[in-house]
Amino acid sequence: MLKAVNDTIGGTPIGTAAESDRVFVRSRQQALRRALRAVLQVVNYAGLLVLVLVFAMPFAWMLSTSLKTLPETMIFPPEWIPSNPVWQNFADAWNTGPFLSYFVNSVVIAVGILVLQMLTIIPASYAFARYKFKGSGFLFGIVMVTLMIPGQLIFLPVYLELSAFKLLNTHLGLILPFASSAFGIFLLRQAFMQISDELLEAARLDQAAEWKIILQIMVPMVKPVLVTFALFSFIAHWNDYFWPLVMTTNETARTLPLGIAKIREVEGVATWNTLMAGNLILVAPILLVFFLSQRQIIKAFVYNGVK
Amino acid sequence: MAKIELRNISKKFKDDTVIQNLNLTIKDGSFTVLVGPSGCGKSTTLRMVAGLEQQSGGDIWIDDKCVNDTPPGLRDVAMVFQNYALYPTMSVRGNIEFGLKNRGVAKADRDKLVKDISEIVGLAPYLDKKPQSLSGGQRQRVALARAMVKQPKVFILDEPLSNLDAKLRGQMRTELIQLHKRLGTTFVYVTHDQVEAMSMGDEIVVMNKGVIQQADSPMKLYNDPENLFTAEFIGTPAMNTMNMKDVQGLDIQTSVSIGFMGFRPEQALLNAGPEARGHVIEGEIVTRESLGAEQIYQIRARGGVFFVKTFLAPLETADRVKVTIPYEHLFYFGLGGERLRSGIEAGARQLVAAGGV
Repeated sequence: MLKAVNDTIGGTPIGTAAESDRVFVRSRQQALRRALRAVLQVVNYAGLLVLVLVFAMPFAWMLSTSLKTLPETMIFPPEWIPSNPVWQNFADAWNTGPFLSYFVNSVVIAVGILVLQMLTIIPASYAFARYKFKGSGFLFGIVMVTLMIPGQLIFLPVYLELSAFKLLNTHLGLILPFASSAFGIFLLRQAFMQISDELLEAARLDQAAEWKIILQIMVPMVKPVLVTFALFSFIAHWNDYFWPLVMTTNETARTLPLGIAKIREVEGVATWNTLMAGNLILVAPILLVFFLSQRQIIKAFVYNGVK
Repeated sequence: MAKIELRNISKKFKDDTVIQNLNLTIKDGSFTVLVGPSGCGKSTTLRMVAGLEQQSGGDIWIDDKCVNDTPPGLRDVAMVFQNYALYPTMSVRGNIEFGLKNRGVAKADRDKLVKDISEIVGLAPYLDKKPQSLSGGQRQRVALARAMVKQPKVFILDEPLSNLDAKLRGQMRTELIQLHKRLGTTFVYVTHDQVEAMSMGDEIVVMNKGVIQQADSPMKLYNDPENLFTAEFIGTPAMNTMNMKDVQGLDIQTSVSIGFMGFRPEQALLNAGPEARGHVIEGEIVTRESLGAEQIYQIRARGGVFFVKTFLAPLETADRVKVTIPYEHLFYFGLGGERLRSGIEAGARQLVAAGGV
């Protein structure tokens, strides 16, 4: 700062005393402004840091607890880094039930839902965004209405339906009710609508068939949105507890969240350390997916189109 | 190469008739420019030729084939859009060869074509870049290359230069003219800029409100406008026109009723000597624009405000000037704006006076 003051004075030919006074006042104002900016920056970073802590703390707590012995989980003040990490907790969690089967079921169901959703929402949203056909407004209205109906309201009829089709306790029974997504159709339709007509016209003049226009031009352009939706959908169904719980009566199609909920019941005591180890097993794949698609997600939120 | 014929074309958007009964023949190998103010239907006409818009009535012929029901991809037409419409997720190469791929051109042939074209338009070093990383001029070239590589019968260009800055626009203008010469293909070009139209087209179609006002060569349009609209549209500044009611002291003998009189700013003489024979207007100079080689004056006279343009003459400093328009450079238009070419004799009295001496 001192250097800046010197620079200003040095840069101005010093004439009368009044003039040099004025220069001095001006440079002091500049220094003040700079100091104020620095303070604001510190406040800003401090605020961000608090936010990071709020979001990261439970996570760190989970990680820490998963490596403790049961008595250690109750110590106050808590010990953040356990002196002797107990890796056995993960094995214990895994062995409380048929975890391999849970894991496979979770993967099959979450991926199955995702694939089916992609197959349905891309054509649907493209049609809603790009074609004007009779009743398109009405049909889109119906899609939107389904957004407002909570799963808890329809699970009973769906249960009866699945039961009639003998789909209870099967993967298909857990996948089919989510084969499409109103939210996905809405999100993707908005993205498709933002693409300029001229691009489609150019493709038509390039003799591209409709499916080629969709797959080679439109879908790559909405990729960030698509990836974001895929991630939301994957996380939602990976973590879903309610639906698999009510649609299964035995272990054949049960998923990870159900298995983890069962850990707590072991021996009638809350085994927090094993539970947290189980939770880590549950979130690990999601973290992996997030890291892989991080760039796309950030792009989706700051997406400003291509001119 | 192809001749394009529009026969009794009409276009309605819902209840709004944009074009009615339009007939136009675009000559094979010509550089035809459709020009007119915004909303005059020029772009719609162009899009109908490309097949992007279906006409409400009439037939479109390209060469000897009626293309009414031919989809755009099969019309052998390539288009360059105003905002380039490049596929943003594809590389420059991908953009150029997309049309070829769809036609099932083999990879080896595709590579050769892309290479040749990219050299012509100077894109060879950028083939693997994405359009976003290119400048406006380069994007424009990609759009051109994408059109050229298909070797179409007709090139359609929809205001392709309006997104470029003035200097680049001038450069691309000459490049397009050269390209047209080199390819010999029919070019149909749409612009609202009459300067662009005049400098590029060998055939200009002036449109207004969905109606063709005049289709002629640039010089014919300038020297011999069919009507008031064309006269006022072509030229910088445009032709001065005055309602005959406001014109005073014009020495003419006529059997027809004249609605308007007009003259080109560059054909009026400032403070000419008595030897100059013509209609004289006295007025006051309101503004002076000095562009170096030429000067443009805005002059207010009793009949209204008009422009005079002089070349390589010293700047006129006087406030009041006498403007003389030689009789042969006066244009007359009927009450409906149509050009009147005969039945008007100007300067007769002066002649009689001169003969009488």
